[in-house]
Amino acid sequence: MSEAAVMDAETRIVKDATCTFCGCVCDDMELTVVGKRITKAKNACVLGKAWFLNHHIEEHAVATIEGKPATLEEGVERAAQILANARYPIVYGLSDTTCEAQRVAVSIADRVGACVDTTTSVCHGPSGMAFQGVGEVTCTLGEVKNRADLVIFWGGNPAESHPRHWTRYSLMPKGLFVPNGRKGRTAVLVDVRKSKSAAAADIFWQIKPRKDFEVLWALRALVKGVEIDPAIEQETGISLAQMQDLVQRMKSCKFGIIFFGMGLSMTRGKHMNVEAALSLARDLNDYTRFYAKPVRGHGNVTGADNVVAWQTGYPFGVSLGRGYPRFNPGEFTTSDTLARGEADAGLIIASDPAGNFSQPAREHLKKIPYIALDPHESETTRGATVHFCTATYGINTPGTVYRMDDVPIPLRPAFDSPFPSDETVLRAIEKRVRELLRERLTN
Amino acid sequence: MSLVKIANGTVYDPTNNIDGVVQDIWIQDGKIVAPPTATDVRPDRTLDATGLVVMAGGVDMHAHIAGPKVNLARKMRPEDKRLAPPVRRTPNTRSGTVGSVPSTFATGYLYAGMGYTTVFDAAIPPLAARHAHEEFGDTPIIDKGFFLLFGNNHYVLNQIAANEPERLKAFVGWMLHAAKAYAVKVVNPGGIEVWKGGGDNVHSLDESVEHFNVTPRQIITSLTQTAMDLGLPHPVHIHCNNLGLPGNWNTTLATMQALEGRRAHLTHIQFHSYGGGLGEQSQFCSKTTELADYVNAHPNLTVDVGQVLFGETTSMTGDGPLGYYLHKVTGRKWTNADTEMEAGCGIVPITYREKSFVHALQWAIGLEWYLLVNDPWRIAMSTDHPNGGSFLAYPEIIQLLMDRTYRQEVLKRVPPRVLECSVLKDLDREYSLYEIAIITRAAPARMLGLKHKGHLGIGADGDVAIYTPNANKLDMFALPRYVLKGGVVIVEQGEIREELFGRTLYAATSYDDGVLPDIQKWFEEYYTIQFNNYPVDEHYMTNGSTAVACSNR
Ligand code: SF4
Ligand SMILES: [Zn+2]
Repeated sequence: MSEAAVMDAETRIVKDATCTFCGCVCDDMELTVVGKRITKAKNACVLGKAWFLNHHIEEHAVATIEGKPATLEEGVERAAQILANARYPIVYGLSDTTCEAQRVAVSIADRVGACVDTTTSVCHGPSGMAFQGVGEVTCTLGEVKNRADLVIFWGGNPAESHPRHWTRYSLMPKGLFVPNGRKGRTAVLVDVRKSKSAAAADIFWQIKPRKDFEVLWALRALVKGVEIDPAIEQETGISLAQMQDLVQRMKSCKFGIIFFGMGLSMTRGKHMNVEAALSLARDLNDYTRFYAKPVRGHGNVTGADNVVAWQTGYPFGVSLGRGYPRFNPGEFTTSDTLARGEADAGLIIASDPAGNFSQPAREHLKKIPYIALDPHESETTRGATVHFCTATYGINTPGTVYRMDDVPIPLRPAFDSPFPSDETVLRAIEKRVRELLRERLTN
Repeated sequence: MSLVKIANGTVYDPTNNIDGVVQDIWIQDGKIVAPPTATDVRPDRTLDATGLVVMAGGVDMHAHIAGPKVNLARKMRPEDKRLAPPVRRTPNTRSGTVGSVPSTFATGYLYAGMGYTTVFDAAIPPLAARHAHEEFGDTPIIDKGFFLLFGNNHYVLNQIAANEPERLKAFVGWMLHAAKAYAVKVVNPGGIEVWKGGGDNVHSLDESVEHFNVTPRQIITSLTQTAMDLGLPHPVHIHCNNLGLPGNWNTTLATMQALEGRRAHLTHIQFHSYGGGLGEQSQFCSKTTELADYVNAHPNLTVDVGQVLFGETTSMTGDGPLGYYLHKVTGRKWTNADTEMEAGCGIVPITYREKSFVHALQWAIGLEWYLLVNDPWRIAMSTDHPNGGSFLAYPEIIQLLMDRTYRQEVLKRVPPRVLECSVLKDLDREYSLYEIAIITRAAPARMLGLKHKGHLGIGADGDVAIYTPNANKLDMFALPRYVLKGGVVIVEQGEIREELFGRTLYAATSYDDGVLPDIQKWFEEYYTIQFNNYPVDEHYMTNGSTAVACSNR
């Protein structure tokens, strides 16, 4: 066989593959796969290209126990022992793995009476709480593509964080009732800094930091016909005339939407800011159709919310310690249970709390035994009692992820990994934990 | 091989005309079998049912238990769960939360704990079918399936406007297959599209849906005919226009008439039986008599009730404008979630109060329906869970139907005007156990076209509920002595003994794949996911599936 033929035999095209790098979950990837490398990722944005093209199978033991290589079985045994013997375990992360794995992780949390929490609690947890306060008028991204003529981004920089949001869903595409695409839409950006996204907006508002709530509340008032003092400009950086103009546009558009980012949910006011945005969108439905949605970050953080919600009834920050689910963000959320020094063991899936939590939380994590599942090394895996090196979801494993608008999408892996999937490892841990708990019952 | 004998029970099996006969039921490998003729056959397990009432497992043909709408409601309402006793973890079973929208594991256990073994979710947008199947994978014990939303689907509207019935038929067949769904659901035909397009709603069958140039009447008749032409096991399942509005009975009657003898199921009929000026509360009254007379005279129609019960619950519907209406009426939080090209959704908490004239009248209208439809085979018990109330209220409904003294007592507590605006006080009818067995299992199974459900004849699934007789029917039906699923004893006196997972039921549709290129072209122009990533494959049905045959035409 000639060399070219060998090359040919090894080159495969995977169509309709899904990028899980951000919450856009673009499922139109066309991957060129040569052996165990992706050489081309057609349709991917820069972030997606990096995600696919930089992916390679690292040299690593499938499991390490206290830093020493171990077999999968040894790792599972130790992990199960840690979890079954813990009094206050936490299960955390989950936003970068499949729903299939998330379902098993919540099951483990239930069996051992853990607090289960996801990265939602450190990004759009406040948005989830605002949703509980006032509800949410929302829609799938295709509704935006087909109908939206006024698109407002608030507290985010989609051009850099979600590069295809605009091109694929919200601004550029031609849709059923927006046949001219971008020309048929007005784009508004509201942020505290002039980010790269500003250039693409028709209207850009640079508001004073920590004044999101005030601006949103003033807009609500104007929608309701309440008079606003022009001094609002000194307070917020936005003039009354600007606000009146936007309110006019909001009331007269056919389909408007506010996409909000962590600039809203994680700054002063947090869930109150989001409640203001959700309420504004809701109120506008007395005049037209108006929606509001969080722009979610991690590939399957939306799946994590869904899985935790359908299994426990609550979306994140759930304690199963009393034998049934209880919800209390701030009490059962992992950054808090760690910072207060309460948790005595952990199961951390596809996330790096040791790298990005608060100092007290990181300090406490160092003191307790915990298990980490991650395809890559991180602060968290390096400090883990047991680290499982797992296959990367979407590239090496099939499964399901939920796009930021709750649309479930199947994964088409590019090639096999020598490492097991998160789901496989978690199933093995779950099985062993159940055996240990049963033994304890009969003894 | 496992052989179970339910010995000496008093059997109520209306499908096989068995009305309180003492006999044995044998189950082998999950199916009902004839009693063995050889005398030396020893069952692996014998349940002594002496003095107990034996029925097939309950069948709930219309509930909301999975998928995006249900899960949004779970996420939106922590307060609803805090007030309700939870389901606790045991060595064999998972924990969960209850309230009006139980978590998945709790849903399975609670239905089974009440003797129900088959449940259908009534409103799934096709784009979220995968989500519904995933939740089904975490819903133990019960067999389940779902109905797919079609009444505002753009492709459907386009084919009706273009008068392309064959293409419509192929599309519906393909969609059901792609989603692994059981039946065609129509919710507020045309009205949701009007709402999504910025209007408020449609108000009558002959209003045109903007941009699409079709009327609700055309949508109803076309999809009814399509479901018949596909030979689906369950005919079209219709949620009429104008749900909940005073004066809507005219629309409901017009819908029934528009069917012109075609088979159809009208769901949560209670919510569609109101007199009065359209939108006017003051003349609100019951029109059950008029509508039930029509149903009695037209054997092509079946209904389920959508009974309202007093207490706190969550309204959740594919009817987007209805969600907005309820939000405005109640002033409570509101979720609306629209699905591209396909559907809408509205969710609002609601408290039905005994002292509210409107709520009490809704309660009375539901009971009127049970009591005024002469043939119990054409009416199924439902609360439209959780819309009228939780499925956990079924035992209470049974008591209201079987015990007229109890019914009159409740009637004494409601606002007196309810007595003038309904005929409930004059209805003496009491249901027998046989009739209860009809409306809670035999009839819904028959309406669904499930030949292996709802009865205890040879070949039926070994799904059995065994109750301890009690004058208090609420107690009797709330806590079965035993429940068997596929011949396995899973519940004893309300406690889950074994966790197993039921199967997913979907319709085995066939379709003309010549239409696929046209669908794909449309799909790729408007949807935001890839055509190839849309269909749900068998591996989502992790606990097994049964493709129920369509009748060949
Ligand atoms: S926008 Fe997000 S999901 Fe889409 S290709 Fe880029 S990184 Fe991947
Ligand atoms: Zn319903």
